[in-house]
Amino acid sequence: MINRLKQRIPELLISLPTMAWLTALFVIPTAIIIIIAFKTGDPYGGIGKEWTLENFPELLNPVYRAIIVRTVVLSILTTVICLMLGVPAGYCLARSEKRTRDMLLLLIIVPFWINFLIRIFAWKVVLHPEGFVKNFLLLIGIADENTLLLYRPGTVLLVMVYTYIPFAVLPIYAAAERFDFSLLDAAQDLGAGWFSSFTRVFLPGIRQGIVTAILVVFIPALGSYVIPDIVGGPGGEMIGNKIAQKTFIDRNLPQASVLSSMLIFAVMAPMMLSLFMRRKKNHERGMMIG
Amino acid sequence: MRRSRFPLYTVMGLVLFLYIPLVIVMANSFNLSRYGGQWGGFTLKWYSKLFSDRTIWYAFRNSLIIAFSSTATSMVLGTTAAIALYRFKTRFQNLHRLFIHLPLVMPDILVGISLLLFFVALKVKLGLFTIFLAHVTFCISYVAMVVLGRLQDFNYAVIEAAMDLGASWFTAVRRVMIPMLAPGIMAGGLLAFTLSIDDFVITFFVSGPGSATLPLYIYSMIRHGSPMVINALTGIFLVFTFSVVILSKKLLEEK
Repeated sequence: MINRLKQRIPELLISLPTMAWLTALFVIPTAIIIIIAFKTGDPYGGIGKEWTLENFPELLNPVYRAIIVRTVVLSILTTVICLMLGVPAGYCLARSEKRTRDMLLLLIIVPFWINFLIRIFAWKVVLHPEGFVKNFLLLIGIADENTLLLYRPGTVLLVMVYTYIPFAVLPIYAAAERFDFSLLDAAQDLGAGWFSSFTRVFLPGIRQGIVTAILVVFIPALGSYVIPDIVGGPGGEMIGNKIAQKTFIDRNLPQASVLSSMLIFAVMAPMMLSLFMRRKKNHERGMMIG
Repeated sequence: MRRSRFPLYTVMGLVLFLYIPLVIVMANSFNLSRYGGQWGGFTLKWYSKLFSDRTIWYAFRNSLIIAFSSTATSMVLGTTAAIALYRFKTRFQNLHRLFIHLPLVMPDILVGISLLLFFVALKVKLGLFTIFLAHVTFCISYVAMVVLGRLQDFNYAVIEAAMDLGASWFTAVRRVMIPMLAPGIMAGGLLAFTLSIDDFVITFFVSGPGSATLPLYIYSMIRHGSPMVINALTGIFLVFTFSVVILSKKLLEEK
């Protein structure tokens, strides 16, 4: 026993620092949130002593329901639009010559290095009631004086696509770069049209990149907070805003924790699903070889 | 082969989409009238306002302190985690891997709120120190993933050779493995630095009086007041980023 422990000393020594750090500052704080979700509140904005399940039915409250539906719909739309732009972009990047490709990749990555808030703020300036786009729309007669471009769900969608699109392009490009493009020629020699060879040969070929792109766009989109906070207004609120409001303004920690716990499970589910699918696939592959 | 032009147009459209708002804001930073509905004449007023604003420099200093300290700490912790995950295939490491993966998917707002509740419960005073703790927590996972990626092509026989020649395992790791991993560790550190200096949401929750970082200050300017100064800041960010990119490209080409 002692010998076995001794053998494991190097392993423990190099794993324990991160294990301890993440247990103290990630696992325990997350557990606190889940525990508070089952507690009653007290009138002073603190936590009561009793356990309860009554915080959960509150989620069915129509106000919450509208916000939950909006969060899910906006996240799905963001993901779909990012894929519709990301797949052709990844395809084009993978097929361009090295110089053009490096240049384009750089142009897509550089906005990443500009502060996140500034990128959101830029849209606030562009879409401002006295701003450039509004004046242009007035000029060509699409909008009138009262048209509001900011503070609506569509604005949140636009800015989310703007912030997340590089996250979608990069994994799709990485997958497309490894794709053997002569397969497309082969498909077309065998009589497939451009479109069907694209959807039936190229898309399955870059499947892994598409899955990664969905995960890295959809999961953060569900937890959006700053974007709806700055350009969303009351009509564009998402779950993240409701959590912050319950914590800071209403001082209702149990309610904030219920919403948070729901969000935790919502983001864990797609990740667990993709891990599970990958493991199953590896297992099947193992069976085929074995 | 006949090719559709559609993908090319998408990329070009995408690049335009990414830059148009930033360029409009930058053009606007020279505009005398607010919000750029009309062109009110050329001015450098907003830039001089920006440079004479002392709070912004103070916030920038806080950002740098946090970014450097949390990058250094997470480089050490992330590298040890990656080596442990690479070297040992035990149940304990499966749990370790899960711990490293989970913060990557947790939304920022939840990391922020949970840490806030945790610090409040322990009566830790909110300030630069709590921001540092929070930043290290989310940076560790990114450093570990980058270093782990680099370890995929690492040949462990090198370590065995060093041990055959009399080095202990720790010496072999320290003198052989770490230098070979250096590019990966640096890349992880660079990522951690970028994430730390750009972070708003988590910092927002765990900061206290006097510990505002640059993103927090930008947020308060967006909310309460001087949008024209942020235009000027955007201009500086754009010019600075592009100078760094072009300069590093030039340096790499000369090599």
